[in-house]
Amino acid sequence: MSTTATPPASSAETAPGRGMRFTGWASNYVDERTSASTAVKALGRKIFPDHWSFMLGEVALYSFIVILLSGTFLTFFFDPSMTEVEYSGSYVPLQGIPMSVAYHSALDISFEIRGGLLMRQVHHWAALLFVAAIGLHMLRVFFTGAFRKPREFNWVIGFLLFVMAMALGFTGYSLPDDLLSGNGLRIIDGMIKAVPVAGAWISYLLFGDEFPGTDIIPRLYVLHIMLLPAITIALIGIHMVLLIVNKHTQFAAPGRTNDNVVGAPVLPAFAAKAGGFFFIVFGVIVLIASFFTINPIWNYGPYDPSPVSAGTQPDWYIGFADGALRLIPPNLDFVDPLGYTWAFGVLIPLVGLLVFLAAVALYPFFEAWVTGDRREHHIAERPRNAPVRTAIGAAGITFYAALWAAASSDIIATHFRLSIEGVIHALQFATVVGPFIAFFITKRVCLALQRKDREIALHGFESGRVVRLPGGEYIEVHEQLDDFERWRLVSFDEYQPLMIRPNDQGKITVSQRVRAGLSRWFFEDRIAPVTMNELESQKH
Amino acid sequence: MIRRIETHLTMAPTPASTRRAGRRHPLATTALLVVGLLATGGAYALATTTATAETTAASAELIDEGGKLFAANCASCHGMNAEGTAAGPTLIGAGALAVDFQVGTGRMPMAASGPQAELKPVQFTQAQIDAMAAWVADLAPGPAVPPDRYIAGDGDAAHGAELFRINCAMCHNVAGAGGALTEGKWAPGLAGVDPVHIYGAMVTGPQNMPVFSDLNLTPEDKNDIITYLLYVQENPSVGGWDLGSLGPVSEGLFIWIFGLGALVGVTIWLTAKSN
Amino acid sequence: MAEAHDSAHGGETPGTAVAQQQDHSAPAPAVAVVRSDRFPNPGFPPERLRVTDLDPKKEKQAERTISALFFLSIIGSVFAVAAYILFPIDNLDPSTIRLNNMFLGIGITLGLLGVGIGAVHWSKALMHGHELVEERHPTRGSDESRERAVEIFREANAESGFTRRSLVRNTLIGAVIATPIPAIALFRDLAPAKDPVALLKHTMWDTGVRLARDPSGTPIKASEVTIGSAFHVIPEGLAELEYHRLEEKAKAAVLLMRLPVDELNEDPAKADWSYDGIVAYSKICTHVGCPVALYEQQTHHLLCPCHQSQFDVADHCKVIFGPAARPLPQLPITVDDEGYLVAQSDFTEPVGPSFWERAL
Repeated sequence: MSTTATPPASSAETAPGRGMRFTGWASNYVDERTSASTAVKALGRKIFPDHWSFMLGEVALYSFIVILLSGTFLTFFFDPSMTEVEYSGSYVPLQGIPMSVAYHSALDISFEIRGGLLMRQVHHWAALLFVAAIGLHMLRVFFTGAFRKPREFNWVIGFLLFVMAMALGFTGYSLPDDLLSGNGLRIIDGMIKAVPVAGAWISYLLFGDEFPGTDIIPRLYVLHIMLLPAITIALIGIHMVLLIVNKHTQFAAPGRTNDNVVGAPVLPAFAAKAGGFFFIVFGVIVLIASFFTINPIWNYGPYDPSPVSAGTQPDWYIGFADGALRLIPPNLDFVDPLGYTWAFGVLIPLVGLLVFLAAVALYPFFEAWVTGDRREHHIAERPRNAPVRTAIGAAGITFYAALWAAASSDIIATHFRLSIEGVIHALQFATVVGPFIAFFITKRVCLALQRKDREIALHGFESGRVVRLPGGEYIEVHEQLDDFERWRLVSFDEYQPLMIRPNDQGKITVSQRVRAGLSRWFFEDRIAPVTMNELESQKH
Repeated sequence: MIRRIETHLTMAPTPASTRRAGRRHPLATTALLVVGLLATGGAYALATTTATAETTAASAELIDEGGKLFAANCASCHGMNAEGTAAGPTLIGAGALAVDFQVGTGRMPMAASGPQAELKPVQFTQAQIDAMAAWVADLAPGPAVPPDRYIAGDGDAAHGAELFRINCAMCHNVAGAGGALTEGKWAPGLAGVDPVHIYGAMVTGPQNMPVFSDLNLTPEDKNDIITYLLYVQENPSVGGWDLGSLGPVSEGLFIWIFGLGALVGVTIWLTAKSN
Repeated sequence: MAEAHDSAHGGETPGTAVAQQQDHSAPAPAVAVVRSDRFPNPGFPPERLRVTDLDPKKEKQAERTISALFFLSIIGSVFAVAAYILFPIDNLDPSTIRLNNMFLGIGITLGLLGVGIGAVHWSKALMHGHELVEERHPTRGSDESRERAVEIFREANAESGFTRRSLVRNTLIGAVIATPIPAIALFRDLAPAKDPVALLKHTMWDTGVRLARDPSGTPIKASEVTIGSAFHVIPEGLAELEYHRLEEKAKAAVLLMRLPVDELNEDPAKADWSYDGIVAYSKICTHVGCPVALYEQQTHHLLCPCHQSQFDVADHCKVIFGPAARPLPQLPITVDDEGYLVAQSDFTEPVGPSFWERAL
């Protein structure tokens, strides 16, 4: 749009330095071909609010870039073939052992190539960090209500990124074709076979033969290095565009409103921080990779369907699924009258997890429906000011954490001198009952914190100064907050539950009753913010 | 049996931890082999790979001393004649190797009954253990302490690793880090375990461990397994600290606590206003 | 678009411009309770200046620190290259890999952290420190653009007749839906043209096949299996298979144990499936297929290390704990003329995890 009007910027009237002249020439050259100045104008001074919790998504993004860089290095050396060869590398305890080319090349990366082991460790540590950072980022967004209108889509996209991260992680975990990853695939195979109607066929087609076959590693490799990263990159692109369109949320603070963004401009302060942070994240990952072993595949040996190692676990992000498999009670196979087998011992955890994930993905729409709130929200809520949402989040975390812990039930048992059976039973209890307890406690804690806020806003804080009244009584003098401090405590909205109203036909539908009931559940226990009149009357 | 005991009699009684270095005098081994051949007959000695129940010819004096130690320390659970009681199994036929393993690793005498015998500091000198072993071996034939060549750890590490993965790793973990069993029992970690005790555990199947007799894993196979375990111990993890070789669980905890923890610390510094 | 604090209008209640929108549905929206006496936004507090804003010496010092960090980064990167050369990997000495990994990593770390910490410090200490303000606007397009968008669709519809020519439209939709079908069909040849269900129901075991040690493949005599032993077993001949070795092993792996005969609690119908206290069970867990191999010789329990299913060997491997759905299938065994253990037949039921057609 601006290209046609831009004159060549070569006037030497002000006699700029050589460097400036080159920069000017180059910018013009680029702009005349790309209209880059429009983008710089639109984005260059865009404001990003500052809060530590707003950087968690960046940790995820940067670890993904680290994964791409280190992964590209690994592809130059890794060969995903499952053809059997005899090991001829330098690791003595495997010499002469038959193994797949994939495992052999993964060993060669570790033992023969300088820096190869470092890159493998960087790649794997970064992958663990990637998913962990996404998880923490999602929790931040959830607990501050930052998924509310207009950001519901971006929540869903972020959720899809979480799923992609798990998929990328699992396919990558499987590639070395060692004993650990092979047993992981075997578990996946067992879960697929449990799928009603088509399970055996899906497994057969996926593995290209009976398990393990010779196709699965090359197939997962294509997914791991091409299809899944491409989808992930596309989703990250959309996530970023929507971030720019919606602008970032900010916490309530004096001067910050729902109509503005307060913070540092992209150029230069934010760009320097964010760019510097990329190097810090990269540096921390390399630091970890240079001192701490991850996935020592040479210990596990090549995949063989007969052996297995104690402590066979998936990487942490698949742990909740593995834990769900461990917690189900025995003997749940059901053969229906037609003779078909329903493997409920696998199907219940499988469906349960899908329902859990769907609930996470759709939560913003559920909350919007229950609250009937159609406004845009750009102020990140303090978790205590939305007690029911915070309590739902805590319940979800408890559920997830119990499943997650179950994935390491054997290690918990050995390290805390407990019995496996006791650990499993405790976690079964925690999975089913824990979320309710967590919900109740969290909601009460939120309400208590809100009351405390209200107390401080009304009566001020304890000054530490004790005076004696004429009557002989001692009191501690309370000091009122100043306007800026008080604003943080009183600047939240108070909601009322939805009312049941007849629709156009004069009927009250069931869905309306449900909605009104949920809304009451959401909002009936609430603490109102202190108002000016309350404070006035308090003073007198 | 006799070969080993004689080596010990030439030494002053020393704590178990220091004895292995002193045992392996190459000439002593050769000389004792000769004694062994003479004592038990050439044909029998040639078949040591399959012999699991060598009869012993230890000196009466040693057996006698062992019997006294047994009566004082073991008989309350195992019975005066090792016939077994409600508190402990019979040791008739348990063999010298079982005694060497159980007492030499500090598992016996047990401090308290529990899901399984705990490792404790060794309570006896090697000479005392040998005496008790001789006494138990004298009750009935049982597995004997192996000759040095089967615990030397100079075998084929790759073959040992393969056998270890198939026969041992499901309980002890591929890196020998140990693992959980049912009802509060566990398979112990194998780092730092003396080769003769690894051998002893395979042959005698202590507690819930299955027996791997010489007909299942030959003594050479066992030596290969020992070779692999020694290799793992002597060559520390190439990628840096191994986080206990516990696999993905410790890795996941590490990245959450130290990886993400450190980076959250960085974000707080990053977004705090400068002084 | 971005302005400094002082010019921002502070005292406004949140949500006036962006928030108010009509709710079109029937129930009353649960809008925030707006009280007339709520506190006003007090506007921006006075800004605190940084030491680098106030003291030129501190500013100079920060400058020096930052360039020192960048310099350190250069040293780190150079060190990494040096470490690559100075710490080569010696194939005979694994500890050289550790050194290579560590020193290379330290160099790269230094190179990265130097840049990162330096840039952040620059941003925090020296770059313009005032917060700026940018206005937000409702995310929805302006009324004109929405009207124009509607108009464009209307025009497009009129020009194409998308709604009017319903036959064309519907056949188009049908055709587009049909296009991926060939792609689905193409996936059939992901695996060879065999029936997986039939394959799942058979293993290499058959009448007279000898039980052999895993991995060597040497056959096992009944007399070699002492009480308390556990043998990891494959069918004889499997170790020599050129084709499908792992696939067959994944179904045929067996665990062989010998218990004192009086401790075996055998079903009379299967009493002849064992031999003198020697029993053979499939090693493939009936839950999701991990090898169940943790045998406790005193309790006679088998434990799966993946999901902690427990089976009682003394009682036909019935499930006593954990998620497994069925007992482990038993392999009927006996001995041949030479005293070797042999299978009486294949397993009498499919091994491994449940699948839809399993019981048919």
